[in-house]
Amino acid sequence: MDTETGKLKKNDVKNRIGKDPEANAYIYKNKFKTHLLNFVVLVIALIQLFPLVWLLFFSLKDNSEIFGENIVGLPRHFLWQNYADAFSQGNVGRYLLNSILVTGLTIIFSDILAVCASYAIARMRWKLRRATMVLFLMGIMVPLHAALLPLFLVLKSLKLYNTIWALIVPYTAFTLSMGIFIFVGFMQSLPKELEESALIDGCTIYRAFFSIILPLVKPAIATVSIFTYLSAWNELMFAIQFVSKPELKTLTVGIMAMVGQYSTKWGPIGAGLVIATIPTLVIYILMSNQVQKSFITGAVKG
Amino acid sequence: MEKVLGDKKAICIFVLPALLVFLVIVVTPVFMSGYYSLLDWDGIGKSTFTGFDNYIKLFTDSSGFAKSIGNSFILAGLSIFIQLPIAMVLALILAQGIKWENFCRTVYFIPVIISTVVIGQLWRKVYHYDYGLLNSLLKGIGLENLQQEWLGSTSTALMSVLAPIIWQYIGYHMLLFYSAAKSVPGELYEAAMLDGASGFKTSIHITIPLIRPMINVCITYSLIGSLKVFDLIYVLTNGGPVHSTEVPSTLMFNTIFARYQYGFGSSMAIFIIVECLLLTIIIQRLFRSDNTAN
Repeated sequence: MDTETGKLKKNDVKNRIGKDPEANAYIYKNKFKTHLLNFVVLVIALIQLFPLVWLLFFSLKDNSEIFGENIVGLPRHFLWQNYADAFSQGNVGRYLLNSILVTGLTIIFSDILAVCASYAIARMRWKLRRATMVLFLMGIMVPLHAALLPLFLVLKSLKLYNTIWALIVPYTAFTLSMGIFIFVGFMQSLPKELEESALIDGCTIYRAFFSIILPLVKPAIATVSIFTYLSAWNELMFAIQFVSKPELKTLTVGIMAMVGQYSTKWGPIGAGLVIATIPTLVIYILMSNQVQKSFITGAVKG
Repeated sequence: MEKVLGDKKAICIFVLPALLVFLVIVVTPVFMSGYYSLLDWDGIGKSTFTGFDNYIKLFTDSSGFAKSIGNSFILAGLSIFIQLPIAMVLALILAQGIKWENFCRTVYFIPVIISTVVIGQLWRKVYHYDYGLLNSLLKGIGLENLQQEWLGSTSTALMSVLAPIIWQYIGYHMLLFYSAAKSVPGELYEAAMLDGASGFKTSIHITIPLIRPMINVCITYSLIGSLKVFDLIYVLTNGGPVHSTEVPSTLMFNTIFARYQYGFGSSMAIFIIVECLLLTIIIQRLFRSDNTAN
């Protein structure tokens, strides 16, 4: 967009500065407009960030600051004790570990199941592959609500209720659709000749999958894993209902419990909220472009 | 090679594990919900088959289901007519290639990825009457009389729970619009510039028509997302006070797990699925006929 014509035009105007009132007006108008646009986008950025910054601030304050003396501003003393309290009394460490375990295993299972199924759907030849694909894609439309009660009853009867599997299995199943959608799209864009020549040379289908296709779909694995991470890490409805033992709660539910327990001490609550957010923020800061690309890929089917 | 690629055993090994998990955990429960929705059942005692009574009850008794549907459509309206235009304007500004392009795009997206529970708890504190950010700011600029019990009063609660939802997902739609605007071929902008069109005019006449497919996607997502919303409202008000912020999902959740009306709650779940499916189909039809008319 910043094309040569654009620059040429600007240079043209620059040459005429001072001589030509019309050119002066053009420059001022454009400068004003650029400043205005910059101002607008930065104000919005501030609105998007400010509540989060405020959270960080009050997670480091004591009650006298939070409740009156200094509601909005920077903490006067950084009260790291809030974070220690969140870990020692608020159980946040436990919740954090549970979330990491549940999310990590969900990502592994979901990736493995989805990538295998996608390989057969995208690159092998069988009659029902289109129907199978459509079935999986319909899963993107099914809201968690629909399965909530039946799953709850099934998990209870299978004695999985109140184990971490009560979360891992449903999370894996509900992220399969998106995973398969992304993997199939990606695999179909790879040239067919890739494994064909290998297969003609007598390579087995499994070897073709593991040593030819799998290394090539790494970018898609990143995309799918990011999606799975966010949906498992942030999930609330299943997490409230399928696990009730305190020692098994994940962060989303744990935080709710902690808020109940600490209702008047905002400092440790804030610390808990910050701790729950840090892993996501770290991932985002390290690979913000990849995360954004995942969301674009995930939306582009319409 | 045909034989290798059509190897039934290999296909089963690749597909069956995913298919089984999917059928058992996602597909079967939908049908079970469908069956439960025809029962009068408290989950413990015996169930009686009551046919479509639960569905009739949805709109005739005082459960507040009709109101919850209304609220979810208010959210959809706000999302489509306020959130999407804001996201669109931001995307068009950023896509023009201004100085803060990457920084802003990255920042706008942060609320999208943060857990709704964190966002919800944070906004509870923002709305707190005595020590919340909002009332403090109002006091700071001398507008004490506007201070409110934001989440506690039936007149302000609904808007107060919907605002954070709008706030959280602006960055999501902005990113989708932005990526679409960036993929418009540069020559089109050059041609427009040569003709002396301003950035504003270029956006209206070139970018927006060309990214119509993405606009359709975003409208669909906003609508369906609004009908399914749960987390943030559960955390902020759980539907209260007096159902004023109730949405179908919170009502379903509480009907099942707080009031043990398994059958009635299931009919709400089925209603939500059918509603989402039907509206998706209708909206796609509308867009299609719209496109052919142009």
